[in-house]
Amino acid sequence: MTTLNTMIVALKALRRNPTRAMLTTLGIVIGIAAVITMMELGRGSSTSIQRSIQKMGANSVLVMPGWRRSSGVSLGSGSANNLTAGDAEAIGRECPSVAIYSPVVRGSSLQVIYGSNNWVPWRIEGTSPEYLTIRNWEVEEGRAFNERDVERNARVCLLGATVIRELFGGLSPLDCEIRIGNTTFKVIGTLKSKGANMMGMDEDDTIILPWTTMRMRVTGLRSGTPTHTTSTAASKPGELYPATGIALYPEENTLVTEDAMHTPKLTYIDQIIFSAISTDKIDQALDEVNRLLRERHRLKPDSTDDFRVHNSADFMNMLDTTSTLLTNLLLGVALISLVVGGVGIMNIMLVSVTERTREIGLRMAVGARSRDILKQFLIEAMVLCLAGGIIGILLGHGAALFIEYQFKWPIESSPDAVVAAVAVSAAVGLVFGFYPAYKASRLDPIEALRYE
Amino acid sequence: MALIELDNITKTYFLPEITVPVLKGITLSINSGEYVALMGASGSGKSTLMNILGCLDRQTTGDYRFEGEELGRASGDRRALVRNRKIGFVFQSFNLLARTSALDNVIMPLSYTAGDLSARECRRRGIEALNKVGLNDRIHHTPAQLSGGQQQRVAIARALINHPPVIFADEPTGNLDSHTSVEVMEMFSNLNAEGITVILVTHSSEIAAYAKRVIHIQDGTILSDTLNAPHPETQP
Repeated sequence: MTTLNTMIVALKALRRNPTRAMLTTLGIVIGIAAVITMMELGRGSSTSIQRSIQKMGANSVLVMPGWRRSSGVSLGSGSANNLTAGDAEAIGRECPSVAIYSPVVRGSSLQVIYGSNNWVPWRIEGTSPEYLTIRNWEVEEGRAFNERDVERNARVCLLGATVIRELFGGLSPLDCEIRIGNTTFKVIGTLKSKGANMMGMDEDDTIILPWTTMRMRVTGLRSGTPTHTTSTAASKPGELYPATGIALYPEENTLVTEDAMHTPKLTYIDQIIFSAISTDKIDQALDEVNRLLRERHRLKPDSTDDFRVHNSADFMNMLDTTSTLLTNLLLGVALISLVVGGVGIMNIMLVSVTERTREIGLRMAVGARSRDILKQFLIEAMVLCLAGGIIGILLGHGAALFIEYQFKWPIESSPDAVVAAVAVSAAVGLVFGFYPAYKASRLDPIEALRYE
Repeated sequence: MALIELDNITKTYFLPEITVPVLKGITLSINSGEYVALMGASGSGKSTLMNILGCLDRQTTGDYRFEGEELGRASGDRRALVRNRKIGFVFQSFNLLARTSALDNVIMPLSYTAGDLSARECRRRGIEALNKVGLNDRIHHTPAQLSGGQQQRVAIARALINHPPVIFADEPTGNLDSHTSVEVMEMFSNLNAEGITVILVTHSSEIAAYAKRVIHIQDGTILSDTLNAPHPETQP
């Protein structure tokens, strides 16, 4: 007896009692529908979390200098001056998993003045043009500064929405001159509003300018306290022309440092921010950067890193893990309902075997082998489960679409889930159909024929 | 060579407390084309004998040869194949599949035939078999829509579907009134006239009178084995 024949026989047997067949498979329908809905919702929310985190620019990695000690007192993270623009360039050049990078020179507690208004922004950063791409930040009006501005220490800046509000009261700041510390800057663009970040800080309270300008004209050289700023230092000729490579300025702090003695250079930067070529390459990029910086800083294999890497991808991973965990949890519940559905199938199949004892006896009398009977009932159970599975897939997808439409939840159809659902429902049919089918195939034809 | 040969067949049921000998050494041979009635009272062992003959049950000792082949100790699959190809069964209670058309009932055994036939060929043979029992206008009726006599004729058509050399009928008229009984018995006589061996089990001497040879079973042994005078109603 071919499988096709058996399937036809099974379908005919099911058609003899359509209501019962439908009710029997209801458990599978609900189970599969639940699985499909959960998978689509879970994947949808996971993707939307990833997307919104990427929007926040969290797909980036921050490299900070290590700490150093002064008279035995630790000056805290980022206190050492050992990251250079050269390090940043090397990262971009030698780490294949790094997409783009930008050096960052931070300034803090700098007063910004425009006309009669003044304001101290939360963040003033000197960067390169790539910074905006890495942070996924867009320019709203005007333009961003370019490489040329960086090269010639141009006194141009971009303002965040909060700064504009405080200094200009909502008027367009484009082409206006503002004063940061003792230096005047031309506003060439405004930043699109980002709102508060993950820590609750106002991201819009920001001014961005070329990092060279920041270093040469605003913060000058810091040596020791990271918050220390000397605007007057910027006017000293040795700092304005660092390319000469001559140390005109001895290191102020002669105290013991963790690092080797080195002369301060104007190419020292406070941070390097970079983004990996894709989210799943972040770990690889971290490895590469770590190895490169250790090499460049000539660290011995047993010494600790003299820099720190802050990976905001961890935060994203955490969120992603949470959503995956929830999806899996719900999936587990849905799978349990599938098992319950399977037990329902087994129950009805057992009833069906008992009810059709005479039919089984008759089939044996006209030449069915035990394995034909086994096959028939097994296929009957599998047809039930597969039909239930297919209906469940449609129903589950429909439910997901409804939820998307009604509650605006993001969904994402998942072909894997469909394949898995079909496989699971067939497996449920096989597992729970086997016992009744086996029981049927073991019947004694004489007794079966005599069964009332 | 005889179609069916039984050599000292015994059948004993081993129950937990007692052993019940049902057949106590039956030696019998039936030739191709015979029309045999197995007669006996309830509990005489005639049904057990028929189950052994029909490959539904196995003897305890002795040999059962069908067309010269020992079947009592053959594999289950071999016996299933013999039941499918060589034997047709007609039961007292018809045993038709409910809510299934007469045609589908008739062609049901074909789905177990090893050399698979096309759906169209199955259908053709089913209609041919139904024609033979005079039910060509009832092809799509379900058992519930057929009378008892018609149901039994569907069952006969089903038994004939694989053109078996022998048909077993277990009390074929047990559930029918006397008028339809005559119809059904005439059908068996016609089949026998076409050369099919018919073996029927009955306790009614009226029914047994249709057969050409009557074997009386009593307490598991053959009491008598006689040839009938030709039945008056089947005379041409």
